Amino acid sequence: MARSTPIDRVAHRAAAATPPHLRARVRGISDRAVAWVFIAPTIALLLAINIFPLLWTVYLSFTNYRANRPNREVEWVGTRNYERVLTDGDIWHTLQVTAHFVCWTLALQVLIGFTLAWLINRNFRGHGFWTTVIVLPMMLSPAVVGNFWTFLYQPQIGLFNYVVAFFSGVDPSSFSMIGSVHLAPWAIIIVDTWMWTPFVMLICLAGLRSIPEYLYEAAEVDRASPTRQFWTITVPMVLPFLMLAVLFRGIENFKMFDLVVELTSGGPGSVTELASINLKREAFEKWRTGYASAFAIVLFVTVFGLASIYVKALNRVKDR
Amino acid sequence: MRRMGLALLGSTALIGGLGSAAEAEELTLCWAAWDPANALVELSKDFTAETGVDMKFEFVPWPNFADRMLNELNSGGQLCDLMIGDSQWIGGGAENGHYVKLNDFFEAEGISMDDFAPATVYAYSTWPKGTPNYYALPAMGDANAWFYRRDWFERPELQEEFQAQYGRELAPPGTQLELLDIAEFFQGREIDGKTVYGAAIFTERGSEGITMGATGALYAWGFKYENEPGSYDMEGAVNSPEAVEALEFYKTLYECCTPPGYTDSYMQESLDAFKSGQVAMAMNWFAFFPGLYKDPVVGGDKIGFFVNPGQNVEASTLGGQGISVISYSDKQDLALDYIKWFAQPEVQQKWWSLGGYSCHNDVLNDPSFPDSQPFAADFLEAMGNVQDFWQEPTYAELLLAMQKRLHDYIVADQGTAQEALDLLIVDWTETFEDDGKL
Repeated sequence: MARSTPIDRVAHRAAAATPPHLRARVRGISDRAVAWVFIAPTIALLLAINIFPLLWTVYLSFTNYRANRPNREVEWVGTRNYERVLTDGDIWHTLQVTAHFVCWTLALQVLIGFTLAWLINRNFRGHGFWTTVIVLPMMLSPAVVGNFWTFLYQPQIGLFNYVVAFFSGVDPSSFSMIGSVHLAPWAIIIVDTWMWTPFVMLICLAGLRSIPEYLYEAAEVDRASPTRQFWTITVPMVLPFLMLAVLFRGIENFKMFDLVVELTSGGPGSVTELASINLKREAFEKWRTGYASAFAIVLFVTVFGLASIYVKALNRVKDR
Repeated sequence: MRRMGLALLGSTALIGGLGSAAEAEELTLCWAAWDPANALVELSKDFTAETGVDMKFEFVPWPNFADRMLNELNSGGQLCDLMIGDSQWIGGGAENGHYVKLNDFFEAEGISMDDFAPATVYAYSTWPKGTPNYYALPAMGDANAWFYRRDWFERPELQEEFQAQYGRELAPPGTQLELLDIAEFFQGREIDGKTVYGAAIFTERGSEGITMGATGALYAWGFKYENEPGSYDMEGAVNSPEAVEALEFYKTLYECCTPPGYTDSYMQESLDAFKSGQVAMAMNWFAFFPGLYKDPVVGGDKIGFFVNPGQNVEASTLGGQGISVISYSDKQDLALDYIKWFAQPEVQQKWWSLGGYSCHNDVLNDPSFPDSQPFAADFLEAMGNVQDFWQEPTYAELLLAMQKRLHDYIVADQGTAQEALDLLIVDWTETFEDDGKL
């Protein structure tokens, strides 16, 4: 006979103290039912604040509803909103701008983030201090960073222009990073890279620190060169972490809004108008709720589709 | 014990009653956060003294004003009992039931719209436009105008050089093209060891800035929104040769004569550029002129004012607002009391003296008015020829389309003026079709 544990003893005592009619009722609840009791509030909350709004948005996307005209009759317009979204040149322009922003920020953040992680991982003197300094930007609010960089980019007093002028010899007030059609897309990429490279660095650093030391020792015994060790041990072992960082940053940057609004408001003209900025204008400034809902669904399906494909690839890399 | 309980209950009810009475005697007025709002706070102290009603204010900075307040109205919020909403909101305010119709109240209280300047009644109070259906009392007259560095203009060496170069005196411009000449003359010039620039104009992308700036030129060239008022027939009006010329002019002015990096600038940036001594001229709303005149560095003798110069016609872009009672407020009677008090000629006189722009005829037609402030005569002149943007319920959509098309052309240098205006007609047509107006 198994020896009873203190928990069992407490349970028996509680059962003995429970009135018989309640004891019968409690005995009737299965483990599955108990589980449901515990997760029901969460599911109810999820349905209320995630699933219902999503389904409601899908419904609205087939109507001409405007949130600022509640008294107007709502008409079912079929797929007209989707047709408009998919044939609207301005929408495709914002998607191009978003793709440019996402691709370049990811490329730069991966490259610089991994390099920084690799350097920090060499455990030089003061590496802890430098790690703290490097991660500071990602702790700031995007609104603060946006405002801060508009001053740095100011042609007459901005530090950025003076640094560029110092190295290139051009007049600092001769160019405007956020006012030029050609430079503004790069201005927002620079700021996002400055802010979020530390995030990629931290994930890469976790990956680098998880590589067992004995792999390198074995490689040393086999007389593998440092370059060989880097490409055959370091990169493959860090790759799943790096891909995870790319997934997080990719999703975040696809819906980037605050930082770019603070920096350029989507201008000059519409050269930095990302999809999310356009969506906000359609939904909450023009109040074309039905149209904006269709656009939101298109964006959701795009991000969800791309993320699903990517996660499959990530799992394949992890299983290798 | 029972008696004590009853006493406690009684005092609780009394305190509760007093609390709710105090709560009822409070009004919240919503407006933009700018100089005239401070004047209104000062003015409203008289209302509190007379009636015992406390005034609370909800002031939102201009770039967020429309977003914040229209959200409030659209959600049926009860934050504001009174709102000094922008002139373009009147259509939406009336049709969507946000504003209380004031005709019966005006009639009962003997408030006549004939006592207010006709342009302000038309722009701030009526919907449909020009009909005797009033949803606001004209509260703050305003228009876009200009100010300049009088001390620079009066320098003999600059006078001489300008005379030699342009064959006329260096003085406030009479036309838009003269304004361009002056801006070019000052652009990049060294004054007191500092590089200065021609003009600070509106180029802001996010809210309404570039539209409010560029319409100053468009109206002066004779721009019209429709061929026939109320017809929504825009082809040939919006993209007329005059409109194209005006837009090209504004782009030239932006490219030649603004400070570096002046690509997203509105009221505050214009004030900053002028106050920091960067520009010879700047455009802005009359509302800021009292503060500018009092500025210890660039005000007083150093500053001058002029109305928006005409070109083919004399015209200015309308600013300003009317005061409305919010239909979702449960203190509508108190709010109407405030409007009744505000409409009194002596209150309007004080409103002007504190820095607000009264629209009351008793104030404006007073013989001493033109000399009461250095910019008062210009204000009168501007209010005589103001033009406003669409005031349709879909005004936000119409405005954002214009912001995009103008910024694309003027600042981002994409396409031509003709293309920008043609595309604007396409955008506006789609909006009016969706709204069932076409």
